[in-house]
Parts: sequence; structure tokens; C-alpha cells
Amino acid sequence: MMRALLANSRLRNWFYGYSPPERGTVVLGHRRVYIVPTRLGWIYAATLGVLLVGSINYALQLGFVLTFVLAGTGIAGMVHTTRNLARLAVSAGRAEPVFAGEAARFRLLLDNRARYDRPALLVRHAGSGAQVVLDLAAGALGEAVLAVPAQQRGWMPLGRVMFETRFPLGLFRAWSYVEPDARCLVYPRPERTPLPAPAAAAAAGASRAQAQGSDDFSGLRAYQLSDSPRHVAWKAAARSGDMLTKQFSGAAGVELWLDWSQLPGALEPEQRLSRLAGWVLAAEQAGAAYGLRLPGLELSPGRGEPHRSACLQALALHPGA
Amino acid sequence: MKAPHPLAPELRAVSLRDLAGLLLALLLVAGPHALRMPWWLTLLTLGLYGWRAQLALGRAALPSRWLLLAVAALSLAAVYFEYRTLFGRTPGIVLLVLFSGLKLLEMRTHRDGAVVAFLCYFLIMTNLLYTQSIPTAALMCAALLAVTCTLVGFAAPQRPLRANLRTAGLLLAHALPAALALFLLFPRVQGPLWGMPQDAYSGVTGLSDTMSPGNLSQLAQSDAVAFRAEFQGATPAPRQRYWRGPVLWDFDGRTWSMGQNWIERFEPPRGEGRFAYVVTLEVHNRIWLFALETAASLPERARLTNDGMIVSASPVRSRMRYAVESVADAQIGLRERRGELERALALPEGGNPRARALAAQWRRGARDDTEVLQRAVDFFRGAGLAYTLEPPLLGREPVDEFLFDTRAGFCEHFSSAFVFMLRAAGVPARVVTGYQGGEVNTVDRIITVRQADAHAWAEAYLPGRGWIRLDPTAAAIPGRIESGLARAVRQGEPVPLLLRPELEWLRSVRYNWEALAHRWNVMVLGYNPERQRDLMSSLGMRDADWRSLTAAMASTLGVFTLLLLAWSLRRLARPDPVQRAWQAFCRKLGARGVARAPHEGPRDYAERAARRLPASASAIQAISALYVGARYGRAASREQIVELQRRVRALHLA
Repeated sequence: MMRALLANSRLRNWFYGYSPPERGTVVLGHRRVYIVPTRLGWIYAATLGVLLVGSINYALQLGFVLTFVLAGTGIAGMVHTTRNLARLAVSAGRAEPVFAGEAARFRLLLDNRARYDRPALLVRHAGSGAQVVLDLAAGALGEAVLAVPAQQRGWMPLGRVMFETRFPLGLFRAWSYVEPDARCLVYPRPERTPLPAPAAAAAAGASRAQAQGSDDFSGLRAYQLSDSPRHVAWKAAARSGDMLTKQFSGAAGVELWLDWSQLPGALEPEQRLSRLAGWVLAAEQAGAAYGLRLPGLELSPGRGEPHRSACLQALALHPGA
Repeated sequence: MKAPHPLAPELRAVSLRDLAGLLLALLLVAGPHALRMPWWLTLLTLGLYGWRAQLALGRAALPSRWLLLAVAALSLAAVYFEYRTLFGRTPGIVLLVLFSGLKLLEMRTHRDGAVVAFLCYFLIMTNLLYTQSIPTAALMCAALLAVTCTLVGFAAPQRPLRANLRTAGLLLAHALPAALALFLLFPRVQGPLWGMPQDAYSGVTGLSDTMSPGNLSQLAQSDAVAFRAEFQGATPAPRQRYWRGPVLWDFDGRTWSMGQNWIERFEPPRGEGRFAYVVTLEVHNRIWLFALETAASLPERARLTNDGMIVSASPVRSRMRYAVESVADAQIGLRERRGELERALALPEGGNPRARALAAQWRRGARDDTEVLQRAVDFFRGAGLAYTLEPPLLGREPVDEFLFDTRAGFCEHFSSAFVFMLRAAGVPARVVTGYQGGEVNTVDRIITVRQADAHAWAEAYLPGRGWIRLDPTAAAIPGRIESGLARAVRQGEPVPLLLRPELEWLRSVRYNWEALAHRWNVMVLGYNPERQRDLMSSLGMRDADWRSLTAAMASTLGVFTLLLLAWSLRRLARPDPVQRAWQAFCRKLGARGVARAPHEGPRDYAERAARRLPASASAIQAISALYVGARYGRAASREQIVELQRRVRALHLA
């Protein structure tokens, strides 16, 4: 029932007191800090009840004092618990792009503008349960990094984040939900396959006839799944037990086209994107210049970090089927 | 599958610091009990605490459930062995203390730790069953702080102890207004909700309804306060301070007892010298109340017996406060019944032949009762009787032995022998017990009467004059009445410490302390239904019943909570000085058309502003650098903040 009601976005906005996602810095107003007693709080209340009855029965005036000081401490504890969360300023930081299957690391900047510290704040991602506990000193900035597993390529919104605290007495649990306007770019899960044969690449596009460039041996590096078996240094592997791949400086001269349409027709679109992503990584690693061709999009060959990011972003944001 | 909740107390292990806090709290709350427990049970408890501490220090595993069950069974057996029962107040409390040690030994998580903390609250309460004095209250406050600090430590394990201690203190300070309101407004009911344990008043001292040789001198070695009296106007002179208690009529040869008495209609006596005062009577679990001889008014709901004893409706089981008036030199019992006069002449058959012979001799040589009385007093004055707190034991003829052989006794010997002699000589007489004397506190003029002031004197009946007071102790030892017990007994006897004359230097400290203790007793411990009603009516709440009190309590609590909330939010709403200075800076620039965009960081903003306002570029850059340093660097120093504020103030944009 509740769930069904909350599916209505206007109702939901009214219920939560804000409309997600929220841009910029979100200050947790005390109206959106909820508070209920914990189980410990109920036990505390029961203890006070017994103490009160004892005080009445034995006419212990100091017993009354003890009971009422404890009751006052409980009330003060409730206010302090609210205060530990209220007016905390939350803003979303940049989340570096990740590959699907990895964890997106969302950064939340927590600004404690108060003159007191806020210990034991739990920041928990509602969807995945990713969580972190941190203490904020008075007037300090803190950073909570939530490692949220990325499943699908594309823009991944952070979603709802819960802030919770039980400080100072553990008798009350105060929490508040924030849905910051943060998103993380998720690249397709790269498929570790060898690079397309340059011949095929050459045939596919205007490539220089200069062959693989695998003539000038320049060194060894650790084997990666996408490496061609022809480049494995078998002799070195036999000696050391580690798989090593021969690197050829000549690869720098190669210009590759990574082309959607050249992939086998049996591949699903997502598999195509995965393979292309794997190729981008492999080509970048090999130091080759590579271009990307997708339906309706072409990135001319290049190399280096910005180019790699542009290619992967294009793959990530490729319109789905 | 949700990740385990990192704030859940059942998942967080108790640290060494948590254990130390709980142990400290336990030592504070169990300490006073340890002094009352048999030494070997104290040792057992300390052993359990020490065992837990050692396990924690050595990072060893806690004992198994079976071992703990065995230790628990052993503890039960030990308590049973000591007290022959597991029920009742004292064994129950000892069990609770032992249980605290057992609970420590199975304490693994914060949840268990919280249980131990709550157990500490119960142990605090059990201490209050024995005493609610100021030192106890102070000790319990310390324990409360330790427990609260430990609970804060559970919630914030990484935080330094000092910060947690400050938070605990702040919480308790914030609790005080609400606690005060609850204390004043919580509807008080008189009397217990259910039957008290049998031994609830076992520790109470005071006069009893019988008197036999030795029991008053026992009582006289106690420092405990019997009652305090605040006089409006004049205080009575020492020889006037006879505080009347039970009147003893019946003698069985050794013990005097009250026998039958009944309530009579109260007729205020006439007399010279009127005293008005308020008595704060300590718990003594008896129905009688004390007043100066002779009471000229009665406390509320109290009655007077035919022999002049004031009795309340029920035993005094909580500290009681009553106003009463007395007159000196009143005549009482002018029309005593014949039956009572016969009762005042009764003596057991036989025994004490020498005393009887002497009494018969007085009677033969006297014309009337007055002369007999005179001879009796003269005899006591001249018999060379000694006053001692350690009277020799008396055999089968206690009066004869005291008067003619041992010649040393306490007031019960004097009064008993005196009344015996009068009765033997045919003069109606009875023993009156109560207190004589009391000490005037020079600070607040309150007279404190202690158990050590317990006294017994005599009353004899003379036709036409009624019952008149005669104090054989005063006749024999005049110093007892004028200067108190300590000067009357022989040097070297165990007089209660506070009554010793040689400790003069302690006196002013003690008087101040006692004045404070009295105020504490009256204001805090004596807050009963009547005083609550009085306070409420003085606050304008007529006929405060539990409904109106509860309503007032609930609304006061609500107001306090809101005030506290407003306080915490007010502190939040005010930005820190660095932020304030920066905002002033942004406003100044904004007025010149360079408003800060929401997304703009301080450096970018300053750069843009410097480009737009090249004349002030250096000033703008300097402020920005200061701000960034103070805001994002290490904690800003006082000088940094002042410098930032100064520069922002000094910034004049062309």
C-alpha cells in the first residue's frame, strides 16, 4: 500500500519533503531528519519504569532524582542525536568512470558547518547497501566514498543515500535520506579478446599498408588476456613461469579502426560494445592509434587518455537496442 | 542481502576502554555495598571484576557458558550460606552485585555493555535504600557520569575520551532542567505500593518502647541524627531541652515497658515561655513523634496519648517534618485517674530489699509526698553515683546493685532506680524516655538532636501539682544536662566523635556542613505530597491533583525539549567566523557586479573577480588565499581568522 502510494512521484516528494534528485549542496534540514528509539532505547525506557516504581514504593526522593535525571538524559540524547545529523551539508563530488562489473566510487562531500563534531555518521547507499562510517570534526569537511557495484553501461545515478547516527547514547536512531544529483559513467564491460587483425582493419578502412609493426622488439610486459598467443614470450615464460608478452615499438605506427559493423553478425549489441571496449583498451595499451566507428558515430583515430575516454564514453552511451 | 549494520550494538565488540569505564562505574556503585557485605563476598566480587580485566588485558577468550553457570551457582550458594535466604533486601542486593561481575564475564558486545550500564543504574538505586546523604549523592553522580561516558563511548568508539566525557557532562547538564521539572511536578503518593521486605528498616536506630539496663547506653554511642528542630524566635536553654518520647509504666524487675495507653482529647496546657519550631524527624519506624516538654499544639494528623506522648497515624518510614509549639513549666495531669495512679505505684513482688528498706525509711520520716521526693533527690545527689557509658553488668537485683554496689550507670539506671524507689515509698511515678539536649548550630540556629542524646528521666505525681519532671541523672551528675554527655562521662570513654569537646577546630566546618545537610534533608529528601501541594499552591496551582500535575509535567517537558532543540539549531544556524567573513567578502564583490556563481570555488571566483576589478586584484587574491587556508587547511588559528576579518573589512572596491 505504502509502496504503491510512494510510486506516485508527487506523493513521494511530499512524503520525503524534497524532490529528488537534488542539485548542488543539500543541507539536511531538521524536518527531514527522522528519529525513533532503538531497541536499546526501549530497554532504557523499561529500566526507567522499574526505577520509578521502586522510587515510589520506597519513597526515595533521590531515587526520583536519579530516574528523572536519566529521563532528562534520554530527552537530551534525542535532541543531540538529531543535532548530530541536522544541518549537515552534503554535496556530490565527481565519480570517475568505471567499467560495468566494477564498483563505482561515488564521493560525497560532507561539510560540517557546526562548531561541534559529528561522530559516528553512517552513510549508506540505499540500493546496494554500500556503506561507510565516518567522524566529522567541528567545522571540518569530510568525504564519504561509496563503492556501488556498477551493473549496466551508461549513466548510473547514485540514487538515495541514507545518513544515520545513534550518537551520543545509542538510545535513538536518527536518519535522513538524500538523493544527490550525482552520476557515474559506466563503460561497457570490456571483453578481453585479441585486437582485430590489422589486415582486417586495413581492409575495413583507409589504413597504411605498413604491416603490424611487430618487427622491432622493444621489451616484455605482463601477459593480458587479450594478447595474441603469437606475441607471448614462450622462452621467457618457460624460464620464469610467468606469462610475458613481447612488445613491439612498431605498434605505435599502426592505425586501427574498431568498427561495429565489422563484428560478426551473430553478436548481440551489448556483446559488440563489450568487444569494442576491450579493443579500445588493448589498442591503447599497445600504443596504437585507433578510431571507433559506431552506427551514426565516428571518432577519428587517435591515442592517449582523452581519446580513450571519448571512445569508451561513446560506447557507454551508445543508444540501446 | 543487506550488509550488516555497522552501528548495531550487538555487532560491535567491547574495547578495553569500554571495559575500563564500566569497571570504574561498577566500583563506584558497588563500593558502598562492599562495605556492608561480608568481606569474603566482597572479595568474590572483586575477583570476578579482576578476572574480566585480566582476560581483556591478555586478549584471552571469555569463559565458557558452563564455567559461568558454575560460578553463578557458587555465588548463589555463597549468598545462601551467608544469609540463609536468597530473598529480602540485603541478599538481593548482594546477588545483584555478584551478578554484575558475572555479566562482565560474558560481555562481548556493546549490547552486553549496555546491559551492564543499566545494571549500574539499579545498583545506584539500591545504594539509596541505605542512605541518601550528600556524599552518597555525590558518589552516585560520579557513577552516573562514568556510565553516561561509557555509553557515549559505545556510540563513538574512535573519539577521544576527553571529548566523550565532555559530551556526557553536556548531556547530564541538559538533563537537569527537565529532571528538576519532573522532580517537582511528578505526582507524589504517600506510602508503599506494596509490602516492603521484612528487613526494609533493619538498620534504623532509635528509642524503643521498652527500657532495660544497657540499651540506652548502646544507643548513646551512635552519632546518628534523631531529629532537628528549627526554632522561630528563642531557642530553649539546655536545661529546658527535654524532648518527650515514650512513657514507660510497667516494670517487671528488669525491663520497663509502655503498657496500655490511649488517645485523649487534646487540651493545650498553659505555661510560661512559648516555643514555636519545626521538627525534621529521621526515619525510626515507630509511631511516636518528639516535642519539647510540654507540647502546646499538635502536628497535623497527630494525636496525644493520656500520658503525653505524641503519636502519628503510621510508623515514621520517611523523613517527616512537622510544626509544633511547646510551653515550658506547664502543669500536666492535674486530674489523673485513680486507676492510672495505682498503675504508677505497681512494683513486682519481692526483690531489691535494700532499696525497698530505704524507701520505707523515707516514707516513715516524711509528712507528705513532697518530702519523700525531696529525700529521694537528696539521696541521688549525695550517693556518689558515677555516670558512665559502659555500666557494669547487673545481676538479679538491679536496683540494689546499682545503688549500693556498682554505683555507676547510665541514665536508664538512674531513672529506673529513682522511679522504683518512689513507687516503693508510695509516690506514683513513671519513667519518661526521649532525648535531652541537642546542639545548636551557630550557622543556622538549628538544634540537632542525636541518638547520643537519648535520655530517660522520671515523673512523679503530686496531688494538686500533677505530674512533675524529676531528672535523677541531673541531680546526681549536674554536668550532664548543662554541658552534654561528653563532659559528663569519665575521660577515655567512647563518646561519639562529633560530641567530643576537644575537636573545637572542627566545629565551624561541622556546623556549616550540618546546616547544608539539614537543608538537603528538608528541600530534597523531604519533598513529600504535602510539600508538593504547598509549592504548587504558592505557584498559583490550587488543589493540585495528579491530573493537573501530570498535565503541567507533560507541557513543561515539551517546552524543555523544544528549547533544547532550538538551542541546538540556533548554534547550527550561525556560521563560523571564517564563513561569515567570506560571505561578507562575497557580498562586497556582488555589489560591484561580480556575484559568485553557486558552482564556483573560492579560487576560481577570486581569479574572475581579480580580472574584473584589477585595481583590487591583489587584495582579492590575498583574501581568497587566506580563506582557502583557513577553511580547507588545518584548523584555522585565531590570528588567521582575525587577519581574514580585518582584510575583508578593509577591502574597498573602486
